[in-house]
Amino acid sequence: MDDHAVVDARGSFCPGPLMELIVALRRAQVGATIELLSSDAGSAKDVPEWLNKVGHMLERSEQDGQGVWHIFVRKMK
Amino acid sequence: MRIVVVGGGMAGTIFANNLARRLSSELRAGKARITMLTASDRHVYQPGWLYVALGRMTPDELEREQASLLEPGIGLHVDPVKQFNLADNNVVTEAGKTHEYDLLVIATGSRPVPEDIPGLQENAIHCYSADNAMKFYDRLNEFKGGRILVTVGLPHKCPMIPLEITFCMHDFVRERGLLDKTEFYYTYPIGRSHSLENVAKWASPEFEQLGIRQETFFNLKEVDGANAVARSEEGSEIKYDLLVTVPPHRGQKVIEANNLGANGFIPTDRASLHMQGEHGNNVIVLGDTTNLPISKAGSTAHFEAEVAAENVASLIKTGRAVRAYDGKVFCFIEAGRGRATYAMFNYSKPPQPKAPNAAMHAFKMAYNKLYWASARGVL
Ligand SMILES: Cc1cc2nc3c(=O)[nH]c(=O)nc-3n(C[C@H](O)[C@H](O)[C@H](O)COP(=O)(O)OP(=O)(O)OC[C@H]3O[C@@H](n4cnc5c(N)ncnc54)[C@H](O)[C@@H]3O)c2cc1C
Repeated sequence: MDDHAVVDARGSFCPGPLMELIVALRRAQVGATIELLSSDAGSAKDVPEWLNKVGHMLERSEQDGQGVWHIFVRKMK
Repeated sequence: MRIVVVGGGMAGTIFANNLARRLSSELRAGKARITMLTASDRHVYQPGWLYVALGRMTPDELEREQASLLEPGIGLHVDPVKQFNLADNNVVTEAGKTHEYDLLVIATGSRPVPEDIPGLQENAIHCYSADNAMKFYDRLNEFKGGRILVTVGLPHKCPMIPLEITFCMHDFVRERGLLDKTEFYYTYPIGRSHSLENVAKWASPEFEQLGIRQETFFNLKEVDGANAVARSEEGSEIKYDLLVTVPPHRGQKVIEANNLGANGFIPTDRASLHMQGEHGNNVIVLGDTTNLPISKAGSTAHFEAEVAAENVASLIKTGRAVRAYDGKVFCFIEAGRGRATYAMFNYSKPPQPKAPNAAMHAFKMAYNKLYWASARGVL
């Protein structure tokens, strides 16, 4: 988990955290983990919904003391 | 202070002109020098390609000589950079010239890469260059009815193009009397019709009213031209008669070749606009070239360029930077039927788009001409 890529999408309304994640996953190797930082509460819902549709894995999702979501995603295919 | 600006597009030009105005006496006294290295002797107003695709403008209306836009005192070389030697504070051009700098500004923009998705380049039309916009017009002009499918690649410049191109094509087809023979099918990568929630809340009912079908969570995987089918990463298949795309983008090849950033986008500090990493102290990145999670738009390039120019001038005059970029973006949205609206937002405030109206469309058409004053740093 130490050398995973971090996508900092805090404060992103457009393109927004999910679009940033889609781009990063396209670039990543199968099996790689990406940590998405998002200040948008909607990400905790729409990111898992998309992952479920497309077939990548949600490893975990947690909110820190500043209200930022850290969403860990693994590229599966 | 030797300032080298790489890229003479929206960001590079607005930055250089704004800075030259602030530093006119320093430039005259030889205390500062601004050099611009760019890839073309022409400056293109890219937003105009949308109108070329619809047969409402011609490419020559969107171009000026780059030299004619620059403040006196800016040294222009139409000689693209090939090598960035950040550890040695110099860049080397295609012609083999080395330019030493104290401060480097990188603003080389982004480019469409439909070739990144199998079958897209060969089978789809788009408006991301003058030639492609003219081909777009030809295909639309020949269109006699059927399904028009819109697909959206990531990342792309101009976040409003997916909506605008759909509304404008709807007008075009209606004006040709082909509406009853045509089905519009709009797709979008995430779970709503636009990345901005408030824009999606406005656009989706408009689409419904016009009978435009919408499919969300559609990320194009490949296009099968022989069967005229587009397939998504999510497993959906859609047949089309005319495939219109907003292609995915990358930064320039030279950025990737010099290992400055994945896919040609340079890691950039969101507030200072300095490049991240060990050489960032005297390297600023502006416009589409940054990896910031905000819209790749001319307005972004413009607002960033103003902040950077003010900071660099202040640094030279007083030894300190004075402003942080707040993520400001302003985008017009062409809504069809002679109406437009806009979205303005920054890192902390989402946009609150208003209902579209004719006055905003007239303003956008006027801005298409006013842009040249903006590039000169006057507006
Ligand atoms: C169809 C369309 C519609 C759009 N509509 C809008 C809109 O309505 N509103 C909006 O805000 N934005 C819009 N945009 C987006 C806007 O045009 C871009 O975001 C903007 O041009 C980015 O500015 P830039 O300076 O980063 O890059 P560019 O303007 O693309 O400039 C890049 C510059 O770098 C130079 N260059 C390239 N390689 C090198 C090299 N190796 N060395 C030196 N120089 C180099 C190029 O010659 C060019 O001068 C639209 C774009 C398109 C295509």
